[in-house]
Amino acid sequence: MSVTTTDNAEAPVATEPAGRYGMVDLILSEWTKVRTVRSTMWTLGMALLIGLAASGIAPGVTRAHWATMSASNRASFHPVEVSLIGAYLGGTLLLGILGILVMSSEYATGTIRATLAAAPRRPMVLAAKVLVFAAVTLIVAEFAAFASFFLGQALLSSPAPHATLSSRGALQAVAGSGLYLCVVGLLALGIAVLVRHTAGAISGYVGFILVLPVIVSALPGSLEYQVERLLPLEIGSAMIGNPSPDAFGPWAGFLILCGYTALILALGAVLLVRRDA
Amino acid sequence: MIEAEHLTKRYGEKLAVDDLSFTIRPGIVTGFLGPNGSGKSTTMRMIMGLDHPTAGWATVNGRHYHDLAWPLREVGALLEAKAIHPGRSARGHLRMLAAANRIPLRRVDELLDLVGLASVAAQRAGKFSLGMSQRLGIAAALLGDPGVLILDEPVNGLDPDGIRWVRILLKGLAAEGRTVFVSSHLMSEMALTADEVVVIGRGRFLAQQPVAEMTGQSTARFVRVRSPQLEKLHAALEEQQAQTALQDGALIVRGMDKEAIGDLAASLPVTLHELAAESASLEEAFMELTEQSIEYHGALQGPARGADR
Repeated sequence: MSVTTTDNAEAPVATEPAGRYGMVDLILSEWTKVRTVRSTMWTLGMALLIGLAASGIAPGVTRAHWATMSASNRASFHPVEVSLIGAYLGGTLLLGILGILVMSSEYATGTIRATLAAAPRRPMVLAAKVLVFAAVTLIVAEFAAFASFFLGQALLSSPAPHATLSSRGALQAVAGSGLYLCVVGLLALGIAVLVRHTAGAISGYVGFILVLPVIVSALPGSLEYQVERLLPLEIGSAMIGNPSPDAFGPWAGFLILCGYTALILALGAVLLVRRDA
Repeated sequence: MIEAEHLTKRYGEKLAVDDLSFTIRPGIVTGFLGPNGSGKSTTMRMIMGLDHPTAGWATVNGRHYHDLAWPLREVGALLEAKAIHPGRSARGHLRMLAAANRIPLRRVDELLDLVGLASVAAQRAGKFSLGMSQRLGIAAALLGDPGVLILDEPVNGLDPDGIRWVRILLKGLAAEGRTVFVSSHLMSEMALTADEVVVIGRGRFLAQQPVAEMTGQSTARFVRVRSPQLEKLHAALEEQQAQTALQDGALIVRGMDKEAIGDLAASLPVTLHELAAESASLEEAFMELTEQSIEYHGALQGPARGADR
């Protein structure tokens, strides 16, 4: 009796398929990974919830205080931004951490070895991971952005002004913030490929997104503005419709962000190939 | 078939694996023995293409691991039992591996049955005992029904039943014509499981030979003699220049075979209650082979250096 077959006489594994394992197989494998870890689903759910909760609270507070707000505050009030800010900040943090975890957890638990034993072509493994993560986060982030927008605008009833999707720049801000969140998540994933440790990668990501702006703000005047507009946080602010005066346009900024992400992921791919797993 | 040729791995100043060459044949269980830190795991990782050799190469079925078309269908490996995401179920773990090499999903459940984890297949692997993790690791190794198995300490953490199960499994897999390469620090277990052993120490090749040969060759071979007139026999043996030692009321004799001792006893005459030739255990043979190469030997002796390890 064969040791590896069970009682059915059929061959245990169908004969070897033609060709080689490829992108489709690895995408399925990565999707199975996402699906089978509960914390991933929890984090995605949390990102949605926090986004929606913040989008409910901020406009609600604004409406309640509208009567006592100063004229200048009223003038600078931007209904689109207020409804998106929660999803934007919460998403930046949570989807960033999720991006880090999908990579760093492989190193922390040692599953990276099982992964690379199943598929030794490492850049292809990274590509599959990036595609699956991008698809999942894009769906969640766009859903969070649109839901936040509609919820926020519904709560911003008179006397405070509110926007609709056809308001100027609104659709760009809502759809764009979903895209932005997807890309910063990928940036975080790329940092985790480089750093390989969860805590280190989170420090790197938070440092890049939140701490670097503080350091840059200490630079002398004109230089500060030159550097600041290159930072993800400024790019994100421009995207959700509240750009600082020197900021790049939302899509120019988005391209810069994509550039950072591509650079970090490419560097990650090189190191992934070179380093021992 | 696994081949290694001048396989070398250097970490900074330290040579973890030093010019290792061997061939692991199909159809038998080959044990991989060496003290802790002797480079067994590093060697296995290099065969798997996970660590890059500093020099030399390793192939599986004549090809570099990187070039295998469906790696899990050719090589099954258990490197670390606990290398499982604690939040993923046993079934999820096997499914994500199966998907990567287009292995049918029903195979996942077959294997969960085979390793006895079917009833906990949906539980998070983080709750698993070391023994359960080992079983899951073995299931993962067998997932693609591979012709080559590379297992690093597969019985670690298993209870006696589990150890016996692994032994029968490995022997069965080898009997089916597969290549089975298995490391262990439990020499007694290797003596029962392996047909042949590769022994390394400090990353260097020491020996590759059948287990029977290895234990037979060792100078640790001796004859145990019990007799009510032990003193008389003892004196006669010393006259014959045999090395003797008393142990638990028996005489341990080296340098004379049991036939010669029996003849000597008859000529005295001395009554014998026991006359047994003992081949050295694999463990003793192994200790002898690796004595010079035990890495952290000094740490046990010098209290000043004890803190290093």
